[in-house]
Amino acid sequence: MLKQFTKGFAMLLVMIVLTGIAYPLVVTGLAQLFFPHQANGSLAYKNGQVVGSQLIGQNFTDLKYFQPRPSAAGKDGYDATASGGSNLGPTNKDFLNSVAERANTIRQQNGLSSNQAVPSDLVTASASGLDPDITPEGAMIQVSRIAKLRNLPAETVENLVRHDTTPRQLGIFGEPRVNVLRLNLDLDTLTK
Amino acid sequence: MSTMDIVQILLYVVILTFLAVPLGRYMARVFSGEKTWTDPLFRPLERLIYRLTGTDEQTETGWKQYAGALLIFNFCGFIVLFFLQLLQKYLPLNPQGFGAVSPDLAFNTAASFVTNTNWQAYAGESTMSYLVQMAGLTVQNFVSAATGIVVVVALTRGLARKSASTIGNFWVDLTRSILWVLLPLSIIGALVLTQQGVIQNFSTYLHLTTLDGGKQTLAMGPVASQEAIKMFGTNGGGFFNANSTHPFENPTPITNFLEMLFILLIPAALPFTFGRMVGNPKQGRVIFVTMLILFLIFVGAAYSSEIYGNPNVTALGISGPSAMEGKEVRFGIANSALFATITTAASCGAVNAMHDSLTPLGGMIPMLQMMLGEVVFGGVGAGLYGMLIFVILTVFIVGLMVGRTPEYLGKKIESWEIKMATIAILVPAVTILIGSALASVTKAGTSSILNSGPHGLSEILYAFTSAGANNGSAFAGLNANTPFYNIALGIAILLGRFGIILPVLAIAGGMVKKKAVPEGPGTFQTTGILFGALLAGIVIIVSALTFFPALALGPIVEHLIMIGK
Repeated sequence: MLKQFTKGFAMLLVMIVLTGIAYPLVVTGLAQLFFPHQANGSLAYKNGQVVGSQLIGQNFTDLKYFQPRPSAAGKDGYDATASGGSNLGPTNKDFLNSVAERANTIRQQNGLSSNQAVPSDLVTASASGLDPDITPEGAMIQVSRIAKLRNLPAETVENLVRHDTTPRQLGIFGEPRVNVLRLNLDLDTLTK
Repeated sequence: MSTMDIVQILLYVVILTFLAVPLGRYMARVFSGEKTWTDPLFRPLERLIYRLTGTDEQTETGWKQYAGALLIFNFCGFIVLFFLQLLQKYLPLNPQGFGAVSPDLAFNTAASFVTNTNWQAYAGESTMSYLVQMAGLTVQNFVSAATGIVVVVALTRGLARKSASTIGNFWVDLTRSILWVLLPLSIIGALVLTQQGVIQNFSTYLHLTTLDGGKQTLAMGPVASQEAIKMFGTNGGGFFNANSTHPFENPTPITNFLEMLFILLIPAALPFTFGRMVGNPKQGRVIFVTMLILFLIFVGAAYSSEIYGNPNVTALGISGPSAMEGKEVRFGIANSALFATITTAASCGAVNAMHDSLTPLGGMIPMLQMMLGEVVFGGVGAGLYGMLIFVILTVFIVGLMVGRTPEYLGKKIESWEIKMATIAILVPAVTILIGSALASVTKAGTSSILNSGPHGLSEILYAFTSAGANNGSAFAGLNANTPFYNIALGIAILLGRFGIILPVLAIAGGMVKKKAVPEGPGTFQTTGILFGALLAGIVIIVSALTFFPALALGPIVEHLIMIGK
């Protein structure tokens, strides 16, 4: 019996060295060698300063920027140390109330009539709370507000949204989407 | 419903099948001790491991010693993981300086990771040091997956060998499944994921100023290495709280597709391994096809429900897919429904959408698949040995109907096998129902609920189902990090794992001794469509009878409430 336990621990120790230490270190070495940009978080820069990760959504309180999806990560949303969704169920009253509230806010901010439809991604919290994307429809509905606040022709902003729309990967996978940080960075270069 | 959705789902099934066949063949060679093209790479390392641990690779044992070695090895893993969490404060690779994990949470997490469940009552990025994630959790991701594989290999030998007494050597099977299968797949998988944007570093968390002047802190870590084995081993424990919804775990539609493939790759390959090892590939093929058909039915159901969506949201003047709460834009409805079905067909439990926010019936499909015992492909090893339990039951019931001694693969099925098969089906079912009932009527159970009404019952039912079936996904609104849930679910997890593994090995031990009986005109063929249909029927009927009342009170009532308004 004792011999079996010694053997069990010996095997476990071997596996810890092999799969718990050697394996992650080898992968880290190769990843840092071949894909350093990705392995370190696909960071986004503006004038040499890190302003976020291309993959992680962030808050935009200023209405001159395209707004991201609602986020349930952390107290103020987009807390990248507290990822997660709202976990609200489909018949939960609080959930339905907040959807209605968010839709009204978006209608007001963008000068829409009270019965105009709002794309669902803009009124629902994402799963990670860090969703970097909105749908192309979710971006288009914000175009006239951005154009007005930035004194730009609506057409220019619209073209920018089209330019920054990521199609399905390889033409097949996922959904068409717009990365909000990328779009807002491009918007800033546009207006300087 | 859109064409692109259907194309993606079908493409997944085709590629999965295309990859599973050769991998199944390769694994059959690995576990039969035949030569493979990877031998020159792994054989020296294997010999070294046996020398270090004093393993004699020529000796085999009967089922009792095999089970004993398995239990001892898992116990050692449990002890080490438990104490790593309690002591992480004093250990290296803890750049955020996380303190000791509470004992009830450490118990729950150790039980959960040792058993391939990966139920997580903690948030990774704010609880576990890099050392615990690597040397504790990642290690268990490998060895718990290997444990599942060796059990099904032992059962296969028990069915294939005639008049023998041994079913293999646990230490050899364990070592080979890691060196020849899990480790090489994970290294390749991790690098491909990194290329697409999954992070892999040891940096401290990055503080930065966002574009419009706000503050953000990015959690970092060696994620890709854990992500790959999390999927290949059908473990499902996320590096981050948000699991595979988190862009650093699952950044693009391609990583999403790959992660879904990784989950079912080994489980889908094992029926082919089984067929070859018992000397009749048709026996494996019929099991694979049965699993595939059940899978397509469940994907169809989950997808339909999510596309149908939530009429209450549409009524508020919302356009586009209405069930987007708890989903990511890059995955959309189709890939979220597909992922939810895959992760619960397998005992994976990784999520790319928050299951608590799925539509009522969309959330019921994952629950139902776990209640079936995750035999639709299922966990690595666990899925196939679970399905083989149902095969034995099917053969038995057919035998009763025609009044003949039941046989499978030319051997008689007798009372020992049926008793053990019954235990393996009853233990998780009883665990799930009694656990849920207990939590539903106590303050300790109900005070953790987030969504009231029938959805609250679903949250509890999902938790115990996920634990009893060793899945690990959650209706995460339920606050599970309480002493009550940590301990109750920890016990459910252990029962759901070893309450099946031990009877399965006992069946292997019983079957291996038997003589082959020659096939006669009355022998029931277990390779055809009729058998596949009966098998699928038995799987559904047994589980439906057990769980329908509970499902009716949770998701089904909620669905009626949702569409009634």
